[in-house]
Amino acid sequence: MSQLQVELVAADRKVWEGEASQVSARSIDGELGIMPGHTPILGVLVQGEIKIHGEGGVRTATIDGGFLSVDHDRVTILAEAVDASGLGN
Amino acid sequence: MGAQIREYRQRIRSVSATKKITRAMELMAAARVVKAQQAVRESTPYARAITRAVSAVATFSNEEHVLTSEKDKVTRAAVVIITSDRGLAGAYASSVLKESEKLIARLRDEGKEAVPYLLGRKAVGYYSFRQREFAAEWTGDSEKPAFERAREIGQRLVDDFLMDTEAEGGVDEVHIVYSRFVSMVTQEPEVIRLLPLEIVEGTEAPAEGDLFPLYEFEPNVEEVLDALLPKYVNSRLFNAMLQAAASELAARQRAMKSATDNAEELVKKYTRLANQARQAEITQEISEIVGGASALAESK
Repeated sequence: MSQLQVELVAADRKVWEGEASQVSARSIDGELGIMPGHTPILGVLVQGEIKIHGEGGVRTATIDGGFLSVDHDRVTILAEAVDASGLGN
Repeated sequence: MGAQIREYRQRIRSVSATKKITRAMELMAAARVVKAQQAVRESTPYARAITRAVSAVATFSNEEHVLTSEKDKVTRAAVVIITSDRGLAGAYASSVLKESEKLIARLRDEGKEAVPYLLGRKAVGYYSFRQREFAAEWTGDSEKPAFERAREIGQRLVDDFLMDTEAEGGVDEVHIVYSRFVSMVTQEPEVIRLLPLEIVEGTEAPAEGDLFPLYEFEPNVEEVLDALLPKYVNSRLFNAMLQAAASELAARQRAMKSATDNAEELVKKYTRLANQARQAEITQEISEIVGGASALAESK
């Protein structure tokens, strides 16, 4: 199975970049889970936790609301402020 | 005679003290400008991603949004002037202010009233000295702007833009005057119109032949635009602030370098003069002694 290319970007820096098998985030309508092969989507995220399932376990980050765009298995998560303390490296 | 040497020495001392200060400021600016440039670079991924998202929405919907549509009657235009908090940066602040004056004159010719929003103590000083009114001021972090500041200003601008112009004193257009960082030696004052938004299709148009995919919008196009556009405004504003900060530091570095060079020149000049004066004093003493000795010899 192909992998997702994930980019987590804050307004003043790129927070994390890497591969993942699944990404979940909270959108206005509720939890949004992205897996490889997901249809292109542009969603509004609300304050909450992002979970990135990749090699070496699950990484989490807290954002203050932002955006998520998916196309061709490339996931970009945009947030104005990101608390990356749970992100590991 | 001795007084003259003393004066020269005093000058040399004071110029060298000034030189130490300007030299330190030059080095500090040089170190910080690198960081400022890095901050500009680090904000690029966000700016690029958000521009791409906005372009994608714009491509797939003909949604008219209140932030993108021109108002029928433009009577008040906000002018955001980004300057520095401190001087000692050559013509940096004054060139931005000059550009803003030009813009304000142009707006006035078009029958629009300009409403200044000031960033940096230099702009505030300029306006309060002339006793001109301004709508808002933000000072204290021109060298190292934080995103929170951009968000605060962006929020205020969007709010004012959405307010009714006549009833509540809102604005119909928002312009930014800032100094664009071209390179370490060139910084140009530049004017951009922030609102209504002109969506610039990303600087690098859909590269590698990939068109925008058919996005689904979550929850729907209107809400995505509603959330996206203010963030786009903040991002552009933040970018302008970061470039202005880099320009300020580069301008300061240059100004301080020439001040240091100038101080060196002065020290050299005064050292020469002091040496000359010292030599003249010695020569005079010798001739006095010789004159005195020969007068004694004659009187015998």
